[in-house]
Amino acid sequence: MTTAAATADRRRPGIHAARLGRRHGWTLGTYVLLLGLVLYWRTVPPVWGSFDVQSLAIDALPFAFAAMAQAVVIISGGIDLSVGSLMSLVNVISAKYMATMSFRDALLFAGALALGAALAGASTGSLITISRVPDIVVTLAMLFVWAGLALQIQPIPGGGAPLKYVQLATGQWFSPWIPSGLVILLCAFVLIWLPLRRARSGLALYSIGSNRNAAYLSGVSVTRTRIFAYSLGGFFAGLAGLALTATSGIGDPLSGQYYTLNSVAAVVLGGVALVGGKGGLIGPIAAAFVLTVVKTILILKGVDQNWAQVIQGTLIIVVVMIGGLAIRERRRT
Amino acid sequence: MSAAAPEVARGESRLETARRFLAENPAIALIFVFVGLFVVTDIVNRAQSGHAFLAPTQVSTTFLYAAPLALLAAGQTLVMLTGGVDLSVATTATAGAFVASGTGRHGAAAAILLAIAIGFGIGLVNGIGVAIFRVNPLIMTLGLSSVTLGALTIYSQRRFVALVPNIVNTFGSGRFLTYIPYDLLIWGPIAALIILGLRYSGFGRMIYAVGDNPVACRLAGVRVWQVLLLVYALCGAFSAVAGILLVGFNDAADLGIAAPFLLPSVAAVVIGGTSILGGSGGYGGTILGALILTVLDSLLTILNASAAIKQMLYGAIILALAWLYAWTSRGE
Repeated sequence: MTTAAATADRRRPGIHAARLGRRHGWTLGTYVLLLGLVLYWRTVPPVWGSFDVQSLAIDALPFAFAAMAQAVVIISGGIDLSVGSLMSLVNVISAKYMATMSFRDALLFAGALALGAALAGASTGSLITISRVPDIVVTLAMLFVWAGLALQIQPIPGGGAPLKYVQLATGQWFSPWIPSGLVILLCAFVLIWLPLRRARSGLALYSIGSNRNAAYLSGVSVTRTRIFAYSLGGFFAGLAGLALTATSGIGDPLSGQYYTLNSVAAVVLGGVALVGGKGGLIGPIAAAFVLTVVKTILILKGVDQNWAQVIQGTLIIVVVMIGGLAIRERRRT
Repeated sequence: MSAAAPEVARGESRLETARRFLAENPAIALIFVFVGLFVVTDIVNRAQSGHAFLAPTQVSTTFLYAAPLALLAAGQTLVMLTGGVDLSVATTATAGAFVASGTGRHGAAAAILLAIAIGFGIGLVNGIGVAIFRVNPLIMTLGLSSVTLGALTIYSQRRFVALVPNIVNTFGSGRFLTYIPYDLLIWGPIAALIILGLRYSGFGRMIYAVGDNPVACRLAGVRVWQVLLLVYALCGAFSAVAGILLVGFNDAADLGIAAPFLLPSVAAVVIGGTSILGGSGGYGGTILGALILTVLDSLLTILNASAAIKQMLYGAIILALAWLYAWTSRGE
């Protein structure tokens, strides 16, 4: 913040850098953290190679999509507690019917399911806007509805997916160092989120998250945008569920449970403010990888799984506490 | 309900009258829902097994079952009145249950006190995160809940002689005078304390003020962080008490003992009419919310609903009741 510079020419880049830092500092921090963790991770196993990268990508793919789903909704000023159970539902349906399908049919079916999940998200959003019940309560209710439906469709783990479909997420791209899961994630981010963020609807998303009244007064349809946010979140949750099917190879009605809360943690760790209007999707994606790498390292080190849970939880709390302090310090200055 | 509105103003639809009545008397509306559900359960039970559900034993059982949920929801009510939410109540209760049964061999009093102290401690950590470090309550309590659960799993794998003290068993599952559950002796005073405390004590009013407008509170000289710290710590303590009752009821602690109560504890508060944004509501409504959810659970069990159907209906009913509440409190 060297704003003391006298000439306008010298001030402008300074302000710009400060603004960039303010805007992207946290995301950058997440990436630095990820880089540090990966560098450390390389030293842990005796032989570290492309196989480790592959398995990380497989582990992190559903989580990263779940984080994207949660991030979109939180940016719009809501919160979606039904992400995990919607994932389970998509996972269960896809595994139940895909098992006997050809690859081409399976892909079409996956597309239909992703759109169906977007529709499910839209219905959640509509319920929220029509009933005027707080987001957290409606999505809590939807959590039960989707989880119950998943349990009804497939009470015990089972089903499967065509081999080629599984390889879509667990295979590799040209070189064994480029897992195809990572490519899919990148595609979803570049093809869906980046154009959307620049578009009118993406801007509306940020505006209603930042200040709902101001957005309304400047002509943004708050209702429509909220429904849009939830349907986009539902779409990403659908992709997450499809990724679960591909990475695990089966459908499990409880498979999504883990992701509801962890997606919120990844979003916060990824620099999206829980009050909405700030952040992007690239931070939460990195955060999903950070949390997965931490888990992988702890497993490699032979740490008891329960200790790993304690350590991961503590890590999340400490990071968020530091973040809270940083924001307070900045406000003070 | 139409009888309660004798003077229908001109140009006011009957729906509008009902809405106003419900808005002015949320507790009465909730009692209607509770009694209505009870009657429906009675009819279903008569049709299925020929026994009445509307009998003193069943009423007493409903109160017996409702107590742990209502105590979890007590802490939740306080936290939600300040505009937060505590998603660690279930694991804190589990911790209470484990400590009470794990230290039972040192005497009942020591075990109970230690369990409550552990609950208070967990709540205090939540409070420190939320009040001092300004961590979002959702994240703080979720994170701590995962830490607690991990620690409990490790604790449960160690050598560990479980002994649920007799008095805990009595309070968790016993009844006196044939119909009155012992856990009412715990729940009743706590409920009275919370209801009266919220209404008449300075600290109680402060909870509402903090939830309504924390900035105004701070400017008025209220030490907001102290209020929050105590509220979260109390929530932890109440959760531990609920855990002790649960272990008394089940006679053994396991890691999932309180998990099914986490979301119902939030639901009970919401049904009871406490705003999730903080600042309005109270414990009276929460008690009715807990009772309604308990009867609903019995109804679904009697209907022999599968776990899947039960969950879906549960979600639909939470939504419907929250919607009803939002509808009645709208307007003006």
